[in-house]
Amino acid sequence: MSASLAFEDVTCLRGGRILFEALGFALGPGEAGLVLGPNGVGKSSLIRIAAGLLAPLGGRVTGEGARALLSEAAALDSERTLAVALGFWARLDAHGDAVSEALAAVGLRDIADVPVRLLSTGQRRRAAFARVLASAAPVWLLDEPGNGLDTASLAMLEARIAVHRAAGGIVLVATHQPIALPGAQEIRL
Amino acid sequence: MIALVWRELRRAWSSGGVMLPIAFFLLVAILFPFAVGPDARLLGRIGGGVIWAAALLAALLPVERLVAPDVESGVLDQLVVRGFSDAGIAAAKMLGHWLGFGPALMAATCVAAALLHVPGAAPGTILLALAIGTPGLAALGIATAGLVAGLRGAGALAGLVMLPFAVPLLIFGAAATSGTPGAFKLLAAISLLLVAGCPWVAAAAMRMGRG
Repeated sequence: MSASLAFEDVTCLRGGRILFEALGFALGPGEAGLVLGPNGVGKSSLIRIAAGLLAPLGGRVTGEGARALLSEAAALDSERTLAVALGFWARLDAHGDAVSEALAAVGLRDIADVPVRLLSTGQRRRAAFARVLASAAPVWLLDEPGNGLDTASLAMLEARIAVHRAAGGIVLVATHQPIALPGAQEIRL
Repeated sequence: MIALVWRELRRAWSSGGVMLPIAFFLLVAILFPFAVGPDARLLGRIGGGVIWAAALLAALLPVERLVAPDVESGVLDQLVVRGFSDAGIAAAKMLGHWLGFGPALMAATCVAAALLHVPGAAPGTILLALAIGTPGLAALGIATAGLVAGLRGAGALAGLVMLPFAVPLLIFGAAATSGTPGAFKLLAAISLLLVAGCPWVAAAAMRMGRG
């Protein structure tokens, strides 16, 4: 898997306020970035800039390889069953057969036939993470991936990230709670 | 792209996005005879215009659920991360919206034309005019949905944004229905303009909404 993600002198402006200025880092295959900082400091904005959803005021973001985003919103059609809602995205990513495997990996295989609207916060979060897994994108952008997860799910998340990195993938994680990312580059805002 | 169109169509049918506007359309068409009296000749004369006005009002109903839910649930973000352009998403939404709304509206028009005693060959003309005009209405609906997404009181605002721009469709649609020469061409021109332009308006609005 060849992948890279780099920020060069990136400045972020939101709501008339500079959130961070001249931020730079580079991640290569197998590396991880850990974005840390108090609430409202611009962690989510950084992830959105990395995902290409937000244009930086200055600087540029370069990289190689498809990116998968885990954000606060689950982006799953609430009236459909979990497997079908995830299948929509997996087919867009041309990995339609990866759904059941991804659901098993996050421990949701048993409720694959339950409508998304009936899922709990933690289950929804894990379902969104399953989409990241199923996408097979080399660059993962995870915004507060641990929110709403219990201890066992948190361990599952850490293990999956480790597997992804071992295979040459890149992970950029923004979090305010401790997540084990051995050898991760710390980006403090 | 086909997956996006199909998703729009499915959501329109499953969430009441088709049935509610159609029921509303028929209801408005039924109200007119009560308001102007049961004179069959008068109703037949104004029938085409009534159907167009009712179609316009019905087209307003689904606007709130065209773009805003996808912004809120993060679907739009996920599509953009996957490399879809905003204009492409808007165009897919427009097509999916029309496929749900257009044919159903035309089917309901057959019923409405009978209720309004529209005479002779006129229902056929109305259907043809609607077939040309409803893509423009669907396009306008997507542009409006993009503009009002995320605003409070979006439903009421949508009416104020959309209806003035729909006036040309109403004028030439009603004129085509009553057999004014050249009206069909002008209706088609307006409809084409809306179909070509509205996805860009919706795309710009969706992009601004992310910033």
